Amino acid sequence: MFNTFKQFENFGHSLNAPGYHIQARTTEDIHSAFELAKKHGLTVTARGAGRSYNDAALNGGGIVLDLSGMNLIQSWNPATGLVRAESGVTLEQLWQKVEPDGWWPPVVSGTMKTTLGGCLSANIHGKNNFKMGTFGEHVVEFTAVLPTGAEVTCSPKVNADLFYSMISGYGMLGIFTSVTMQMKRLHSGLLTVDAFPVPNLRRHLFALQDGAPNHDYIVGWLDTFAGGSSLGRGQIHAARYLHEGEDKNPQETMKLKNQILPPYIFGVFPKSLLYQFMKPFANNLGWSLVNLAKYVASLRTHTFRQAHAAFHFLLDYVPNWELSYGRGGLIQYQSFLPKETAEAAWTEIISLSKKRGMPSYLGVTKRHRPDKFLLTHAVDGFSFAMDFRVTSSNQAKMREMLFEFDRIVIANGGRFYFAKNSETTTETALAFYGEETVKKFKRLKKRCDPNGLLESDLYRRIFG
Amino acid sequence: MSDSTRSTPATPLTPRKRALVIGASVGMGATLSRKLAKEGFALALVARQKDKLDALCAEINADGEKLALAYPHDVSKYKEVPALLRKITSDLGGLDVVIFLAGVNYPPGGMDKYNFENDRQMVEINLIGAMAWLTPIAEMFQNAKAGQIVGIGSVAGDRGRVGNPGYNTSKAGFHTYLEALRNRLTRHGVNVLTVKPGFVKTEMLKAAVGPTPFAIEPEKAADDIYNAMRKRKQTVYTPFFWAYIMQIIRHIPSFIFRRMSF
Repeated sequence: MFNTFKQFENFGHSLNAPGYHIQARTTEDIHSAFELAKKHGLTVTARGAGRSYNDAALNGGGIVLDLSGMNLIQSWNPATGLVRAESGVTLEQLWQKVEPDGWWPPVVSGTMKTTLGGCLSANIHGKNNFKMGTFGEHVVEFTAVLPTGAEVTCSPKVNADLFYSMISGYGMLGIFTSVTMQMKRLHSGLLTVDAFPVPNLRRHLFALQDGAPNHDYIVGWLDTFAGGSSLGRGQIHAARYLHEGEDKNPQETMKLKNQILPPYIFGVFPKSLLYQFMKPFANNLGWSLVNLAKYVASLRTHTFRQAHAAFHFLLDYVPNWELSYGRGGLIQYQSFLPKETAEAAWTEIISLSKKRGMPSYLGVTKRHRPDKFLLTHAVDGFSFAMDFRVTSSNQAKMREMLFEFDRIVIANGGRFYFAKNSETTTETALAFYGEETVKKFKRLKKRCDPNGLLESDLYRRIFG
Repeated sequence: MSDSTRSTPATPLTPRKRALVIGASVGMGATLSRKLAKEGFALALVARQKDKLDALCAEINADGEKLALAYPHDVSKYKEVPALLRKITSDLGGLDVVIFLAGVNYPPGGMDKYNFENDRQMVEINLIGAMAWLTPIAEMFQNAKAGQIVGIGSVAGDRGRVGNPGYNTSKAGFHTYLEALRNRLTRHGVNVLTVKPGFVKTEMLKAAVGPTPFAIEPEKAADDIYNAMRKRKQTVYTPFFWAYIMQIIRHIPSFIFRRMSF
């Protein structure tokens, strides 16, 4: 088994944790992996595309069960928009299957490389969280294997407690094998997008809140280098689906070739090399210039039409962009705050990051609504994601700063998202989930996994 | 299975290298373990003497952070190795560095006192013990395309001498084994470092027969080893000047060397 040992990383390349790489193609393989773990006294973690920014799909020294090979779309009904697929199917496979028939996944992440199992585990949200909720809200049914060996089918009606806890459960309760989901009808391959600037944080949040009801998607870019009266300035992109008839030729715009991101820029330069040219900018000065230039460019208010794939999958636009952050990699710090306290909390957080000389290089804001899933990260409010570059010299200082951020967020009734934040402690998780939720989760864990076979580095960090 | 023996998982802002030290309880092993703990490594310490191992772990962990975990094990129990290695790797949350310095030295103490039992034990622990551990470790590191193997050999392995044939053989064999590992693993991104200490003031030295020139404190040896690890060197002597001394000794022609008394 030592010959399966492999180095695994997170999406931000900021952590490595080697483990035994076992590939699953069938449900049988999942059972065997649990048997193998039992035999050798090891633990198992499910891994899809490895797109979590931290340790959700890492299991240092244990078995990493790779589900990316369980990637069949089992059935697709273009009349009803109902799709059933194995958990290793990626969003890329899914949208390319359904889009030409005039459908779109109701919730997608910023990268299309994620697997459905990963999307369920983190219960991801998109730029339409305020309207469509999370990924899990569109699941009709899923099947999973529990570490006890049981194969379960869960829906909002059947095994509802498992349904609402395994979705958002980060693979800590069982391993998804298939999912049945409802897609969303399209009347065009294009969205109409309004882009406009916002001069400060108050106007920024107001625009997100106010713009949400009239749009299907809304997302803000926040200039993390601006301070003083301009703190929180940025640009809002608010998009809506085209209504029936608005697109004169929907058959054409929905064709795959009009959606797929081109691998070249200017028609000749391979985008796979682009990240190399971003490297020289991966420092405080470089990114402050990038942010300034971006703000100046955003001052023009305009409306345009954009293909779905281009609008949603910004993270795939520059392949390997995360490598431009250098050897230490990058981490994300995303906080979710109620609409009443967000402005005060983020003013404090942005000011603090500037004061400490560790500004975030990229800030993204979204509008959210609460959901019923057990380990939910959502609130009736907003989220603000910050990218930080990790270097060997800033680690200790940055950790201290992030703990200060945590205190500010908790004091303001906020929450965190395990797919993003890597430094959240057991105490912080307890503070925002509340004792009741943690107890309930641990009871479920005991029921689904009495021998403690399913463990990730994330599990041990938060619940271990 | 989760139990209290696991190290705290690393995070991007508290990264931690994970090292396995085999032969950790006394002498150079203990000193090097203290040094690595100070440098922030998470440690799995393997040695035969449980009480000494526990004391060392308690000392390293006294500051509150659980950096060192103890695994009592007799290196000559080869069959125990794979299961123990799996447990250690799981407890540490991975493995970056392995340092093998388990070793015994039973000098005959006289030209008429050669003893097969002693020689056999030296080879069984110093050489075959190392092979038992480094075989699965090499397989892991080769597949992970990362890692570092540090073998503590000896200047005594550079030539066969009158006074201690068993020890010379065990260390010479170990050097050759490490060289073979290096030639196999370098292309997979794994560093194999051979350390050849001269005389180091440890328990082992007290048993030495004859003069022990230029003896150094184990702290000095640990510093040298750590620096060589950081620079991912191939072979180092500690202290460095043994490289020159051994260069000369290695070139003494046999017709002279076989008439000498050391």
